[in-house]
Amino acid sequence: MSATANSKATAAPAAVAGAVDRSYPARRTLEAVAAPLAALLLATAAFALFLLALGKSPADFFDLVWQGAFGSWFSLQNTLQRAAPLLLTALCVAIPAQLGLVIIGGEGAFVLGGLAAAVAALPLDGVWPPLVQLVMAAAGIAAGGAWIALTGLLRARRGVNETVASLVLAYIGIALFNHLVEGPLRDPSSLNKPSTWGIGDANMLGPLPGTDLHPGLLVGVIACLLCWLLIYRTATGFAARVTGGNLRAAQLQGLPVGRLIIAACALGGAFAGLGGMIEVAAVHGRANASLIAGYGYAGILIAFLARHNPLAIIPMAVLLGGIGAAGGLLQRRLGLPDATVVVLQGFIFVAILASETLYGRIAWFQPRGGR
Amino acid sequence: MLSRRSLLSGAAAGGAALTLGGGLRPAQAATLTIGFIYVGPKDDYGYNQAHAEAAAMLKKMPGVKIVEEEKVPETDDVEKTMESMIQLDGASLLFPTSFGYFDPYMLRTAKKYKKVQFRHCGGLWTDKDPMNTGSYFGYIGMGMYLNGIAAGYASKSKKLGFVAAKPIPQVLLNINSFTLGARSVNPGITTQVIFTGDWSMPVKEAEATNSLADQGVDVVTMHVDGPKVVVETAERRGMYVCGYHANQAALAPKGYLTGAEWNWITVYKMFLADAQGGKALPNFVRGGLAEGFVKMSPYGPAVSAEARKHIDAIKAEMMKGGFAVIKGPLKDNKGALVVPAGTAYPETAIQLESMNYLTEGVLGSIS
Repeated sequence: MSATANSKATAAPAAVAGAVDRSYPARRTLEAVAAPLAALLLATAAFALFLLALGKSPADFFDLVWQGAFGSWFSLQNTLQRAAPLLLTALCVAIPAQLGLVIIGGEGAFVLGGLAAAVAALPLDGVWPPLVQLVMAAAGIAAGGAWIALTGLLRARRGVNETVASLVLAYIGIALFNHLVEGPLRDPSSLNKPSTWGIGDANMLGPLPGTDLHPGLLVGVIACLLCWLLIYRTATGFAARVTGGNLRAAQLQGLPVGRLIIAACALGGAFAGLGGMIEVAAVHGRANASLIAGYGYAGILIAFLARHNPLAIIPMAVLLGGIGAAGGLLQRRLGLPDATVVVLQGFIFVAILASETLYGRIAWFQPRGGR
Repeated sequence: MLSRRSLLSGAAAGGAALTLGGGLRPAQAATLTIGFIYVGPKDDYGYNQAHAEAAAMLKKMPGVKIVEEEKVPETDDVEKTMESMIQLDGASLLFPTSFGYFDPYMLRTAKKYKKVQFRHCGGLWTDKDPMNTGSYFGYIGMGMYLNGIAAGYASKSKKLGFVAAKPIPQVLLNINSFTLGARSVNPGITTQVIFTGDWSMPVKEAEATNSLADQGVDVVTMHVDGPKVVVETAERRGMYVCGYHANQAALAPKGYLTGAEWNWITVYKMFLADAQGGKALPNFVRGGLAEGFVKMSPYGPAVSAEARKHIDAIKAEMMKGGFAVIKGPLKDNKGALVVPAGTAYPETAIQLESMNYLTEGVLGSIS
């Protein structure tokens, strides 16, 4: 049967192939881009109605979103800086998700990774800074990885629900963080904002050349690319996706399901912990309550918006960063409360998540003909 | 010397140099743009509202444009907010009002924008910090002592409650001042303190207030960012309550006794006058009741005439200056002598800024 038998396919010259539907992979990619874009447009339209109901001009609003998030080099940097920590915390959700796990405790791994990194730098006073940074990164990765691996262990060995376990462990992690920062690890001179001792200016990660952006952005993008390769181009990634697709089938095939679960959790946690390390080494210079800023939780939203595809995490993190960056300008120019951008985010999330149901429904995107 | 005009043109030039794309609004020579940044919502009946109320008053003054942003976290977000106010709104004077904005975020931004003036609420500035930065703060512990006197008269059970965020020096001074005020009325009074662990924990604050009520506490006060939940819960449980940060009388018309409020408009008007008059802004500003940095809420209906007389008398003494709440001999709640006899620390004393104890009469512990 020829692909042209499909009435809609006549519109697509690329589809005039032989018996094999060669353009299907391209169309599948297009579907993955078109669905969220359509959702974004819908959400924007719905939000415009909301603004009209408030008596504000949607045109002004979206003009300001553009100005505040992307319209100038300063705004773009503002957006990218806000996106940076979210890339890594989103991976903490997206990687275990390949196995069908819903891990929502990245915040715990993030703050403990930051704390471990700050503490690791303390005894290394005067050591060559790149080495200190490397040790800090290793400490952050180890702490974050171990924290989420604990959830994986409970899941794989004891059948504990990983969603609840990771969330509760995040609360415990934050409590532990606060206890240590306000107690044994506190720099006594940090009177009214308890903090650990500083890592020292020499050990701080400088901005990327020619920008104000810290290297976390670059690290995050590279991490997303590597994770994409791991998931879609390696046997381990394939095994993980098989497990996520059908646990019984994976077990029947003799896949090491338990080990995969623990490893995926550890890897996800390692990225969140690395995010915490970068936050300490590039932004705060010490560990304190500023680390508990909700990046771990924002990562959950981004991973779900990206349908747990590491490549899609990048644009989604930029979208969320952009909304955050524009939020301030909207407050200042339109006199809208901070909650307005939360409403906009809500519209977008609901629309994009609902667009999931569109996948496989539009015939043009589906495989044709081939045997 | 900085004139307003040079401040503005400097900010514009600095902004233009750093803005590679567009987006810069030309600063208008006639108006001074001031940016206010809050860590929580502007209408929290607390810390942020106290600043926002003053900003609203400032907005009505001629030659001033106010830009505000709420719910800005103490991360590099606040750096971007400050830069955005400078670059996109042409702000030349910034008030980042949350304690945690100072180091490293405000200091870093100030080094980058040398022509913009930064004044931070929290009293952290030292002469090692950039000269275009500064800090201001108020001695509100005196207000807490007066709260304590009101509570001492109102309490029948002789058990008071204090819902606190974190055991840091500022908070400990308030708890101790409140307790000492109450015990100046009746030395048998105790204050049960509950730490919630963070500045804004509405659920824990409600739980803490309820558990205090269950223990027989009949007057409660607090040191958290938004006292709203504590005040409302106290009113519902039939307790008396002393306010903090801003006036919460509207939330507890029956039980509100009085409250220790910030009066930031005094500070902001002073900075504005200097900026508009072309004078250099001071780097380090502090004041208490006498200087008008702090004020008391009007008395509620439950404050007796005797209590009013007593509070007014002590307040008059405080206004004269030199009044010391923390004075020896003073024991902590474990029995150790923390201030020897003959030593007194007035509100300006540096020793109060590293307070690490709860005084006798406070039930609870720091660690």
